[in-house]
Amino acid sequence: MMNFLHRLASPPHFYRISGRLLPWLGAAFALLLVAGLVGGLYLAPPDYQQGDSFRIMYIHVPSAWMSLFIYMVMAGAGLIVLVWRIKLAELVAVHSAPIGASFTFLALVTGSLWGKPMWGTWWVWDARLTSELILLFLYLGVIGLYNAIEDKRAAARAVAILALVGVVNIPIIHYSVVWWNTLHQGPTVTRFDKPAIATSMLIPLLIMALAFNLYYFIALLMRLRLALLEREAGARWVANLLAEEEA
Amino acid sequence: MSLSEFLHMGGYAPYVWPSYGIAALVLWWNLWVPARRLRQVRARLRRRLRREEASR
Repeated sequence: MMNFLHRLASPPHFYRISGRLLPWLGAAFALLLVAGLVGGLYLAPPDYQQGDSFRIMYIHVPSAWMSLFIYMVMAGAGLIVLVWRIKLAELVAVHSAPIGASFTFLALVTGSLWGKPMWGTWWVWDARLTSELILLFLYLGVIGLYNAIEDKRAAARAVAILALVGVVNIPIIHYSVVWWNTLHQGPTVTRFDKPAIATSMLIPLLIMALAFNLYYFIALLMRLRLALLEREAGARWVANLLAEEEA
Repeated sequence: MSLSEFLHMGGYAPYVWPSYGIAALVLWWNLWVPARRLRQVRARLRRRLRREEASR
């Protein structure tokens, strides 16, 4: 196992293995996406209070979950960068940021599109919405900081520190609906007792969440492959790989 | 349920479909950018490799 991990961390192996993995991940993502969309847009019945507007949930909630999950991955990779200085962790931290920013943006925009018909407003400065907006700024800060520092290894360490400091925002986002009086509804799925949502509505939500998770993995792998190829452009394995493909 | 009923989304079409549309756009863009860049980098490296071989 350690041997396998060690080999995986070497650029040529990572490039090769991820290249073989990507088509399968893509196929699984497409299947889950279609199943989630059919379940969420067609099979699930309209909500008895919110009508069909609740279908925005199938984009909004998985996006919001991913915005938090990707941040935790980024901060975790950042910790590894600071303690062990592993190059692959640097790339994971840096290249997770644009994907996380995308999901945060989607959570905010779809939340706004859901808020207008349900609350009568596109935006309120309440705890949940504001802390999620701060999350977007944290992601953008990480991207900006990385691009601003010339020495990329120093940049990765700076990014790691910023990501770790920003972790305080994560529990604030999660518990904001409990701690403060807010317009945003409380948790319906992640409760200790039974989820407060019908099964026919819940299953598409979980499928979409799984699809978005896979999507993150796919987008991250693509970015890591690109970063490796650019960084190691002069290396022998790259020349060999390209020659092999030509033959 | 007819297609127009489905597209109508119980009157919430102006909110539901833009949500899905923006999500599709953002997710597609996030894969398209690195895929295009990877193609460019590989093409550049391949050209360089061929040049080096020719000069050898």
